[in-house]
Amino acid sequence: MSLALISSMLILSFNYATPIIVAALGGIYAERSGVTNIGIEGMMVIGAFVAAAFVPLFESQLGGVTPWIAIVLGTIAGGIYSLIHAYISIDLRGDQIISGTALNMLSVGIAVYFTQIIFGMQRTQTFNRGISKVNVPILKDIPILGDLLFMRIYPTFFLSLALVVITWFVLFKTRFGLRLRACGEHPSAVDSVGVSVRKMRYIGVILSGLLAGLAGGIMVLSQSTQFTAFSIHGVGFIALASLIFGRWNPWGVLGAGIFFGFSQIFTVYANDFAFLRSVPNEFFFMMPYVFTILAMLLFSRRSVAPKAVGEPYDVSKR
Amino acid sequence: MKERHYSHLTISLIAIGLSFIIASVVMLLTGINPLNFFIAIIRTMTGINLRTMDFNPRLIGEFIQISMPMVLSGLAVGFAFRTGLFNIGAEGQVIMGSLGAIVIGILLDLPGLIHLPLAIIVAGIFGGIWASVPGILKAKFGIHEVVITIMLNYTAMYLSAWALKLLPGSDNQKTINLPASALLRSDFLRSITNNSRLHWGFLIVIAALVIYWFVIEKTVFGYELRSVGFNRHASEFAGMKVSSRIIYSMVISGVFAGLAGAMLSLGTFDYGRVLYSFENYGFNGIAVALLGGNTALGILLAGLLYGALQSSQAMMQAQGIPLEIAVIVSGLIILFVAMQHGIRMFLDHRSAKRREAAHVTRAD
Repeated sequence: MSLALISSMLILSFNYATPIIVAALGGIYAERSGVTNIGIEGMMVIGAFVAAAFVPLFESQLGGVTPWIAIVLGTIAGGIYSLIHAYISIDLRGDQIISGTALNMLSVGIAVYFTQIIFGMQRTQTFNRGISKVNVPILKDIPILGDLLFMRIYPTFFLSLALVVITWFVLFKTRFGLRLRACGEHPSAVDSVGVSVRKMRYIGVILSGLLAGLAGGIMVLSQSTQFTAFSIHGVGFIALASLIFGRWNPWGVLGAGIFFGFSQIFTVYANDFAFLRSVPNEFFFMMPYVFTILAMLLFSRRSVAPKAVGEPYDVSKR
Repeated sequence: MKERHYSHLTISLIAIGLSFIIASVVMLLTGINPLNFFIAIIRTMTGINLRTMDFNPRLIGEFIQISMPMVLSGLAVGFAFRTGLFNIGAEGQVIMGSLGAIVIGILLDLPGLIHLPLAIIVAGIFGGIWASVPGILKAKFGIHEVVITIMLNYTAMYLSAWALKLLPGSDNQKTINLPASALLRSDFLRSITNNSRLHWGFLIVIAALVIYWFVIEKTVFGYELRSVGFNRHASEFAGMKVSSRIIYSMVISGVFAGLAGAMLSLGTFDYGRVLYSFENYGFNGIAVALLGGNTALGILLAGLLYGALQSSQAMMQAQGIPLEIAVIVSGLIILFVAMQHGIRMFLDHRSAKRREAAHVTRAD
């Protein structure tokens, strides 16, 4: 196995892992605050649509910064879209699973409706300026490792790594993080010391929407050349799987995200490995889901999930 | 609680009304005439084109045909809801049911009297087995069914795609055509509906609706299921076998979904399709069950509404209305159903105000 092959495999896995990690980190904020978010997929769709619609419309005027502006807009769109989930889950004390399901269905409808209105077809116009690969200065000159990890890599992967560290720091090293986590475990205790559970949960869900929107934008701009109804194809649910597999912890999410990203690339390299050729592609695609079921079985004896996740907080029942 | 006095029907009608209003506003803002949208839906359901007064029975046949799997997957989700279980996995169970029917249809060579019933039964069994996994995991290990069923949806999709391609004669998109002995196709129903794809499956749908109603409302078993749904611990205390009720509920739910799959592969199409994306029959089933208040009659009506939304999409596209507006309406309806607590609060608030006002006038 050549070094070039290993390098290209690693880099492709990282590219697939990036949106999974970013969206799952968002899921951590929502779930740790006590709100289940199975609408990650839908929030990613909205982020991806906004980002992918922006690029072809403005790339000729704005040039090289277009994809980055697009990603920021996708992030904001994801955040705005998540407000619906926040309002239903927190203020209306509605069913969070139903709300998430509705957002998933609605997202594809909204996105493709507007591609029809804007571009007159079922997808966005193809764009030329996606996110391009970079060589990392200085680090790329490290022998072997430089060639392996720092050449022709998407910068968004480093962004996802940074977000892992930031999330870990925010959750476990700041007062805000402590309060957020407490909202997901014992909301009444948080309330009793004068912190608004409602506010913390809103922040959790909005952060989740922002990161899912970001993940959607990154995904469409680094893995395709246009947005279609199938652009996100279940990655939001793989993110949900990573969140569980990674036990609601940013480092766990990083590991799970890379592992699941890796499981998605075998189909590309099946011809390079004799033993892979006999395994049907579908089995690799299935891996994240099957592993998550097995992981849930393993975790079932211990309580890993935030205790109050999914339950609306009702002050009158304190 | 005082909130209870608004019937489910009121909430559902408000949800539907608000969704259509919002969709109309979206269409107006994007330069599309909402009137054409409503004309398309009415034409789908009645076969009558309000503009030309033409009547085409094929549209009615297609509308009923598309509604059938919607109703069955609505029954699937509704049955589990009654036991307090959220079966998001109807999508995967529909896929597995569809696969089961295809396998029997292609691999066995039997006379029609046995072949078709066997294919339908196996479809139900496949759906039931697939749903038993989250049921067992919930009952024995206390694992929440929502995440498991989501994961099983994708697993079913890839498993089915792989299995269908293995069948003799399959290519990468579809299997060979099923023999006539395994099909629900009805030349009679086709002939009276101007060659629509309407098939005998509607008899299965009617039977399923009656069985659903009977089991839930009229049997001790159904009472126990509902009891577990209301209060698991109290039911346990009363001596009910809660674990086994949870598993049974999921399995029966899966059987309904599996039958929906049979409608698709033996009725709507006459071959198996290798798909790498969802068709949303199961997800629409969630909407149908919620909108229909988990009752047989409600699910039938809601299923017809969702069938109409699905069936009218081709006609909308032909009139220059992006067909996704129907998807938006479907999604909005579930969103408003999720908001039902809020709708109730709003209605309570309004009626309280009105009472207050009445009180004040009387005091004057």
